[in-house]
Amino acid sequence: MREITYRQALNEALDEEMSRDEKVFLMGEDIAIYGGAYGVTAGLLNKYGEERVKDTPISEAAIVGTGLGAALLGFRPVVEIMYIDFIGLCMDQLNNQVAKIRYMFGGKCKVPLTIRTEGGAGRTLGAHHSQSLEAWLMHIPGIKVVMPATPADAKGLLKTSIREDNPIVFIEHKMLYNTKGPVPDGEYLTPIGVADIKKEGRDVTILTYSRMLLFSLQAAEILEKEGISVEVVDLRTLLPLDKQTIKKSVMKTNRVVIVEEDTKTAGAGAEIGMTVVEECFDYLDAPIKRVAGADVPMPKAPNLEKLAIPSVESIIEGVKEVLK
Amino acid sequence: MYTPSKQEAAKILRQMMEIRQFEDKIMELLAKNIAEGGSHLYAGMEAVAVGVISSLNSDDYITSTHRGHGHAIAKDGDLNALMAEILGKKTGVCKGKGGSLHLADLNKGNLGANGIVAGGLGIATGAALALKMQKSSKIVVCFFGDGALNNGITHECMNMASLWKLPVLYLCENNLYAMSVCINRACSVKDFRKRAAAYDMPADIVDGMDVLAVKEAAIKWINYVRSGNGPCLLVCNTYRYYGHSRSDPRVYRTKEEEKFYKERDPIPNFAKICIQNGWLTEQEVKDIESQVTKAIEEATDFAIKSPLPDPEELYSDLYV
Ligand SMILES: Cc1ncc(C[n+]2csc(CCOP(=O)(O)OP(=O)(O)O)c2C)c(N)n1
Ligand SMILES: [Mg+2]
Repeated sequence: MREITYRQALNEALDEEMSRDEKVFLMGEDIAIYGGAYGVTAGLLNKYGEERVKDTPISEAAIVGTGLGAALLGFRPVVEIMYIDFIGLCMDQLNNQVAKIRYMFGGKCKVPLTIRTEGGAGRTLGAHHSQSLEAWLMHIPGIKVVMPATPADAKGLLKTSIREDNPIVFIEHKMLYNTKGPVPDGEYLTPIGVADIKKEGRDVTILTYSRMLLFSLQAAEILEKEGISVEVVDLRTLLPLDKQTIKKSVMKTNRVVIVEEDTKTAGAGAEIGMTVVEECFDYLDAPIKRVAGADVPMPKAPNLEKLAIPSVESIIEGVKEVLK
Repeated sequence: MYTPSKQEAAKILRQMMEIRQFEDKIMELLAKNIAEGGSHLYAGMEAVAVGVISSLNSDDYITSTHRGHGHAIAKDGDLNALMAEILGKKTGVCKGKGGSLHLADLNKGNLGANGIVAGGLGIATGAALALKMQKSSKIVVCFFGDGALNNGITHECMNMASLWKLPVLYLCENNLYAMSVCINRACSVKDFRKRAAAYDMPADIVDGMDVLAVKEAAIKWINYVRSGNGPCLLVCNTYRYYGHSRSDPRVYRTKEEEKFYKERDPIPNFAKICIQNGWLTEQEVKDIESQVTKAIEEATDFAIKSPLPDPEELYSDLYV
């Protein structure tokens, strides 16, 4: 199969959906002439023109709010918030308007809006450009939260998100844009709300998503050589969680490590872990272990930044702990 | 035209040269991967930070932006500690925890750079509220870019400041672009002074490539704010010489435009005026330049040789 980057995969998804459906249009800061802060929308302005690829002022609340208004009238906007760190500026629009409007109006409208954003540490950009805020979003009924880790999933999930009639927050990771992976030729869709077992194993289940999938797979490979068989489940969608796949894996391995980049307290892992408890407590042979981000703002110093998020080593340690 | 004393002229020139050479050095360190991450460089805009901040008292306050190295240096920041902060070192002005986007030096009245566009507006306006409540004669200068004009908090703050007559000078650094988006493609109102009119506060506009023009306007409006008249808006028209950040190929602007502004470089132009007016001799200008080069080399050396923060620092400073 051909190999392309996560960035190219996303770009293909946007391109294909725009050419397939003229109701799809893009809005965001620096997405047109510049092609996006991380280059995801490169080339689309030339192909589709200013009407459908719009640079906006630095007005996050209005970007999301107008996306909603256009979605209500039948468009399928894909809006970009350059860094998830800026999501606070549009949180009211997202939480009070986008997420609630269909329910409040008794199911009388659809909100086919995709909000693309990007998060995570790794570039030593400091406290305002490195956060993982997915847990804030998981707490909002009415939206779905998608976090792909591989190029193939990025493409398939973005295409599905754009075709969904529900609002989706699609969170990319800044350290994944240059990663390469196999991506099928031609049209395919990846379902939202379905996890994917990226590596099968017997002894312990790692539940993870986004960049931490890559760290977890590396850890699993090292552990394999020591005779420990790790199953790595890529959740891919955080809201709704795929309880089926989680349950099946836990029933097989009886041990769980959750690997998440966000800060630990009330993070995504808290919900994932409690789901395991509710769904399959009887199958657990050991307490669930969380390998998570430190409960601090992201420090600039490169050594502290590495310490603030999980590492291959800390994941290996976590796995060994639940096997004790 | 504002006429500086000999000493003042030397200080203005020195600070502008410090900023330029500091930024050129950061660019070099980024290219060599000695500095990691991003940095928004202030080169080209020196006349704004220096013209305005040199007109403040040293105990006045400023809030800065994502492009904050220039403000920090002009507010008498320590070059060593600033350079070390940008490299994320223990000896940095924020102990290596903030980085380029979060340079702050509270002892010097610098309430901080900001990673969020328009993130300083609330801080500046609140600091001005505190000063008013303290019946202080100090003021706040709130720096922000043209891009920040379009975020909501800018308007909320300007309204509040005008309503309550707070001692804050809103200082818009109009460098024509917010990242890649030209002001003509982002702002419905092209004359930014009209934004101030919406909040019934006075506004002025000045050539931000001319440090003496900036200084003259700054003195006038600082005086206005300090006298208890409430806030005002000063727009400085300027230009950034580098791309928005390291990786920016600058496709959104023309080489001719860049050349036009390079020819209006505030530093050689001010040096020339100093010599023409007899404020400084040619030799003095050269001496200042080589002293600055030496200071920047020292700061670079200091920063590179400084250790990274200790691992325990990860958890310190979160709460009092
Ligand atoms: C709220 C928010 N939105 C977007 C960004 C990303 N960003 C950083 S600087 C910048 C452009 C800012 O332009 P301007 O205010 O004119 O300042 P300049 O860079 O020109 O000095 C953008 C879009 C951000 N940091 N914060
Ligand atoms: Mg600007």
